[in-house]
Formats: sequence, structure tokens, C-alpha cells
Amino acid sequence: MRDPRSVNRWRRFDLWDERPLRLDKFALEDAANGFSAMAGPNDPAPSLTVADGRVVEMDGVAAADFDMLDAFIASHHLDLAVAPEAMAVDSAAFARDLVDIGVPRAKLVRLARGMTPAKLAEIVGMLSTVEITFAQAKLRARRQPGNQAHVTNAKDCPLQLAADSAIAALLGFNEVETTLRVAKNCWAAALGCAVGAAVGSGDALFQCSIEEAEELRIGMAGFTSYAETVSVYGTEQSFVDGDDTPWSKAFLVAAYASRGIKMRTTSGAGSELLMGFHSGKSMLYLEARCLCAERGMGVQGVQNGGIDGAPLAHSVPGGGREIIGENLLAALLDLECASGNDARMSESEIRVGAKIMPTLMAGTDLVTSGFGAIQRYDNSFGASLYNGEEIEDFLALQRDYLVEGGLRSIEPGEAWAVRARAVGAISAVLEELQLASVTPIMRESVVAASGSDETETFSLGEVGRISDAIKDRGVTGIDAVKALLRRGFEPEARNLYGMLKRRVSGDYLQTAATIRNGRVVSAINDPNEYRGPGTGYVMSPERRAEISRFRDAAGRAEILAQEGALQREEQRRYLLTERGAAAAGTDPQEVVIALSPAWNLALFKTTGNHPLSAVLRALMEGIEAGGGKPRLVRVRHSADTSFLALTAARLAGSGFGIGIQAKGTAVLHQRDRLPHMNLELFSMAPMVTLDQYRALGRNAARYAAGERPEPVRVPYEGESLGSRFYVRTAILYGIETAAIDPNAPPVELEARYL
Amino acid sequence: MTRKKLDALYPLDEKQPEKLLSRSGRPFAALSFEAVADGTLDQGEFAITAKALHLQAEVARAAGRESVARNFERAAELVDIPQETVMEIYEWLRPGRLASEAALREKADFLRREYGAERIAAMLEEAAAVYERRGLFRPRY
Repeated sequence: MRDPRSVNRWRRFDLWDERPLRLDKFALEDAANGFSAMAGPNDPAPSLTVADGRVVEMDGVAAADFDMLDAFIASHHLDLAVAPEAMAVDSAAFARDLVDIGVPRAKLVRLARGMTPAKLAEIVGMLSTVEITFAQAKLRARRQPGNQAHVTNAKDCPLQLAADSAIAALLGFNEVETTLRVAKNCWAAALGCAVGAAVGSGDALFQCSIEEAEELRIGMAGFTSYAETVSVYGTEQSFVDGDDTPWSKAFLVAAYASRGIKMRTTSGAGSELLMGFHSGKSMLYLEARCLCAERGMGVQGVQNGGIDGAPLAHSVPGGGREIIGENLLAALLDLECASGNDARMSESEIRVGAKIMPTLMAGTDLVTSGFGAIQRYDNSFGASLYNGEEIEDFLALQRDYLVEGGLRSIEPGEAWAVRARAVGAISAVLEELQLASVTPIMRESVVAASGSDETETFSLGEVGRISDAIKDRGVTGIDAVKALLRRGFEPEARNLYGMLKRRVSGDYLQTAATIRNGRVVSAINDPNEYRGPGTGYVMSPERRAEISRFRDAAGRAEILAQEGALQREEQRRYLLTERGAAAAGTDPQEVVIALSPAWNLALFKTTGNHPLSAVLRALMEGIEAGGGKPRLVRVRHSADTSFLALTAARLAGSGFGIGIQAKGTAVLHQRDRLPHMNLELFSMAPMVTLDQYRALGRNAARYAAGERPEPVRVPYEGESLGSRFYVRTAILYGIETAAIDPNAPPVELEARYL
Repeated sequence: MTRKKLDALYPLDEKQPEKLLSRSGRPFAALSFEAVADGTLDQGEFAITAKALHLQAEVARAAGRESVARNFERAAELVDIPQETVMEIYEWLRPGRLASEAALREKADFLRREYGAERIAAMLEEAAAVYERRGLFRPRY
């Protein structure tokens, strides 16, 4: 250890240096070099000049100087029928309208169609974080929020992809996205995920993120139903380095629709900065350019909000606000918003927890565009903000705030059942189509595995051969439907068929479409019409109950059942017999222990998990070791430790007594002291050891002998005792107080250990 | 835009299934699970049609989403264009793939002539002018 005198540096900094937060890097704000979240000094002032029905100037740039984004935005985004009116609106007034429940979404969305990127960025730049969050709740396209999962694994194993897709669907994810470690494994992965997602409700849409042409082929073969990794950038040079233009992307948008496949484009803060062409503009302004271009392409929605650049956005002041500002802009432009929260933007769990809150509170069409339903190391996209490890943490946030994050808790039994079903289904398809044979060991290991480290399955090379065979033989979704049916997986066959049939109508191509209970639900038939409290998305009582359910949540009945089992054990250990009314003692060595009303009658174990028989024995042994004589009483008129202890002290010949509650809280008291001015208190009952109870007994005896012993110290490492124990404490203490009889005097007790 | 009007139109598979056809012209109702099971239908039947995309464009327009509607109309033009050609057009539109504005305009003429893809052709022509002005015909490899 460093000698603290050698450096004039407070050692708290050493402690801070070791925190995970310190792995995060923070950047100085530097607009010229692209490190600016919003309202950057180089962002243009909003302007628009229209002459003869043509845009001749936009945001300070003459039409002759338009780069390709300007040109695309001017011709495809700007609605010249509303632009003059929209650009004349006072930005501050419009910003107020965004958070005014009296101004309907439709009015704002109409005007936004006529606003330039600089105008949009200026307006959002006027809103605080909480205002952006509120505006998002109002402007989201679809009424009911949803969520998307990443399902991948380090072995590209189609069996595990099937099992984990089924789990994702069971958890309630509306969409499942996969990608690969080895690109050519995509066909096997697509088959695995498509079959797995068909287990259960069959509502989850599925995409395979891979090179565009291959992704479209997989979609046409019937395995995938949507796509989203179609990137858009906010500067011309980064767009070109991304090997696209707004026209090539717009073409791709049309191409997907022509194949009946839903799609959204992707953009977000920091991508231009990472690609080296940020033009010195703020992240929000560049994203406003992306979003205007994306709207112009006619895509129904976007995945935005930092995405891969989220960690970079979070390196600058206001980065988190900028990201939700982006999401708000997407909603204002009437686009479906899959609001990022995918790339893990920090090593700090506190920053990760905070990051989700604005979008989770507001609700977006898809709260995350990639919640890792698998463990972090299996996430082939890189760790998500939330991963398989943290699913229950997210469920707790949903439950704490009763907000719609799209997920539900799952029980071990149902999880096992869907995994077994999914692995059975994909194995059947692989075998039926003579793509591979799956051994029982492979199946069993995948069903049980939390992650790919635990599976015995195909090698990457074997997956590659399966994948090649699917592609080369032209296996389709219909082939999988038939194979499932032949092998007795009719519900899954019907679900997969249902997904294929949906592309004939194209209903899920509309804005913010998702499938719920077998029906297409989108911004068309489930529009967000929030107008204040009680409007918009209101959780149904059934959904509220679902969100409230939590694995191992305990109530009074559960705690009492546990106590019932303990009672039988305690009866084999000792007997407590009542011996009439307790009288004041006279022996100066006598220390009285006052037990609480429900001790050994309804309660049998402390919150520190010690049987009450053992605690009582420790106290008595301690008193004897200190030269005292223990005597027992039961107090019935109060369960409060101070009064238990004072009653004990007043009954004791020595004038010293210990009061103890069944939950383990103990007080050492003296006859003439004020009730709450005790000598020693064990308030953190869950932490107290039997040795410490023994030491408390010894101290009581030493006080009785006229000594001044050192108080017993219960070590505390900063545990969150309330979160760990208060549920049990409150229930136990409720049982204790119910046993009080205010008029009953203390009774003498005799303890006999068996 | 009225909710009522949209509710009468959408979702198509519930509200106007009689207007939907499979790729080969079968009625929507004929695309049954049983027909898949007995081998009557193959994957090719489960494809969207230009007609369905125009109906979806109508829905999007009624909901005030003109740009989405236009995309569906462009998509309708691509329905019958073979996959290889679709991917080829995408390639033409990427930066630095074609050498000149004239080359892209030729492709536009080809699409108009061969497939009647007026909207897609117009898109290529618009791109041609911008690419020329911004130097995007410069080869990248």
C-alpha cells in the first residue's frame, strides 16, 4: 500500500480509480472536432427559401451548393405545402407545444414535415431532458410500446438460437434480431431463429443482420420478416464511406417493401465522428439531417439514438440528452422509433441503469433495438446495454415504475418447456430436411445451457456446412413449415406459416407495425393519441398484474409457511414453559432476558437466519460467562425492543436486562434509563452472529458486576439491508405486533434444551 | 384523416382480404395452412403483389404519410423485377459504381422500357444529376 504521507492526494481518489466508471473515457467538449452533443456553435441557423415551388436555399446553403443530403432532403423530405408556415413558427413556441398536452400530436407532426434539419435541431435543443422525455410519450407513433431482443451465440449454433429465440418470445420481445460470428452461417442461423421464434405465441418478428444482398435473399426465402441494419449518415463523406447515398438507401427501402419485408433504417449520434467526417457540427444536427433524409426515403421507421455511437455520445456533456433528443425527432417526423439502448455505453452499472430511464419512462415503439436476451459473451453485436444477465433487473424497473417495457418475468418450468420444445422443433427440421442429425447430448446441453460455453453442439465448420446446404438447396420457410408438421410440431408449423402469409397483405409494412396475439398492430390501427393523464397507452389490469409478478416474490402466506416448517425443528431443540407472572428479582447477579410476544409461538428464526433456540442459548451462555445469572421472561404488552429491554431491566435483580425480538433485534438496558437511552443496541439483526449475541450477554453480566465493558460492535460493510430484509422484517414484525396483549403482564419462562 | 376511414381499410387481411391475391393469382383465402401442408403452395406464392402495395400506399396516404405511400408505390414497380436485377440497380446507385451520369440515365431508360418502372427510373435520373454535381461517379476501387 502507498504511504499516505508520500503524496498529497486524498485516498478517496484511489478508491474512485478502482470503480468501473473509471474505465469509461470522458471527452472535452470541442465542437470544431465533432465533440458536441447539441446546439453546437457551428450548427447553421434555420432558414428556407422557396421560389417557384423549388427550394433555392436551406439552412444557409444555396441550392447550387447542396451536398447530396441537402439535395435529397430538399426534394424528398420537405413538404413545400407546409414549409413556409412551419419555418415561420417561432421555435420556442413550437418547443412549448411539444410538451403541451393541449396540442395534439397530429398538429406537430404535420408542421415537422415542413421543417429543415437546423429548425428541428434548434427546437429540440430548447428542451430539457425531462421535457424531451415527456414529449416522446406524447409523440411516439404507436400507442403501446414494445421491445426487441438480440439473439446470437458465440458458436452460431442454430439449436441454441432456436432455444434462445423461443425464450425471447416468451419474455415478450416483439422482435428478434440475430447476427453471426461467421457470416456464411447466416442461413443456419435464420432457420434456427425462425423456428425458435415460432414456439409459443408466434408473434415475434425476426431479422438476420448480414450483408444487404444476402439479407434480402434470406428474407425472400421466408425466414426473416424485417430488416433494420441499413445505415444512414449525416455528412456526405461519411455516407460515401459507408458505400451508399440517400438514393441507394431509398432504393433499398423500396426493394425490401417489394419483397414484403418490413424494414427500418439506422442512424445515430457519433457515427459521423467515428467515421472521421463530422464537419464540425453537433451530433443532434447531423442526426436531424439523417432523419429528414430517412423520412424522405419513405421508410416507415428508424433505429436511432446513438446505436454504435452511444458510448461516444456519452463521452460529451449532454450526450444522454442528445440521444433521447434524437429519438424524439424520429417520433416528431412520424417515424417508428426503435430507440437504441443497444450498445453498452458504459462500464458503470449506475450509468447503464440511468441510460434506459428516459426511454423506458416515455415509452418508444421499441424501447431497445437490441436487448441482449443472451449472455454478454454470446452477443455477437457486442454487449448490449442490458443483457441476459440483467433481464430481471429490467423487469424490476418495469415493476418499480409500472411502465411498459414490453417484457414479462418467466418461471423456470415454462423456460425449460419452451427451450425443450424449440430444440426439439429445430432438430426435427434439420433431420427432416436431411441437413444434420442432432444427438440427444447436443439437445440436452442446449436446453439446459445459459450460454454457449455450456453447450456440446456443432462446430462452427459444421454450422457452415448446414448453412451452405440450406442456401444451395434452396430451402424455404414453406419447407420448414412442412417439416415441422411432418414431425408433429403443428403449432409451430402454423405460426411459421402465419408469418409467411402476412407478407402477402403487407400489413406489417405500415409504420410501427408489430404482431400482438396474431394480429398486426401498428400506428394505423393503434395510434398514440396521448392527450394527458388517463389517455394514450394505459396499462390493462391484466398487464399490470403480469408486470407485478416477480420470481420468488413473497407475501405473508409464504413467510408463515416457512415459519411453520421451522416450528417443527425448534420443538426438537428446546421447550419454553410458562411459570406464572414474573416478579421483580433481588439477586444482584441476575440479568433478565425479555423475549418478544411471538417468540417461539409464531416465529422461530431471526432475520439473520439463526434459530431462536440458538440465539437464546448464546445470550444465556454469555451472561453466565460474564459471571451473571440469566432469567427469562416473556413480555406480552409490547414488541418494541426498547420497552422489552427496559421491562427486563426493571425485573432484573441487577437492574440490567436484555430485550430481544424474534426477528433478532436486541437491546441491553438499565433500569433507570430513559426508554431510548439504552446501553447497547443490535439494530442490524440480519448481520448479528451468535458470538455477538453471546458477547452481548457477557456485557450485560459485566455491567451487573459494576464494570464498564466495551460495547459489542457488529461489523457492517455497507450492505443494503433494507432491500434484503425489510420484506421479511415487516412481515415478521407484523406477526409479532399481532401477538401483543396490552393488558398482559410479563410471564416467567423456563427454558429446557433437549 | 379519419380513424374511421383507416379502420375500414386496415389491416387489409381483415378488412379487405377479397382484394388480396397470391403471386399466381389465387385468392387470399386459398392460401391456407392445409394447402401448404398438402404441397399445393410453394414459397413463391407467399409474396406481396403490386396491388397489395398500392392498397398499402392508399392506407399510408390516408394516415398522412405521403413519403411512406410513395415508397410503397416505388416498391410496387419492383415486385416483378428479378432479384438479380434489383440487386444490380442497388449496385448502380452506390457511389463510384457507374462511371458517368449518362450511364445511370441509360439504366433508368432500361427500367422504364423493360419494366415500366417510371418512379424508379425517375429516382435514378434524379440521382444521376446530383452524383454528377457532387463528383460521385469517381471510382472507389
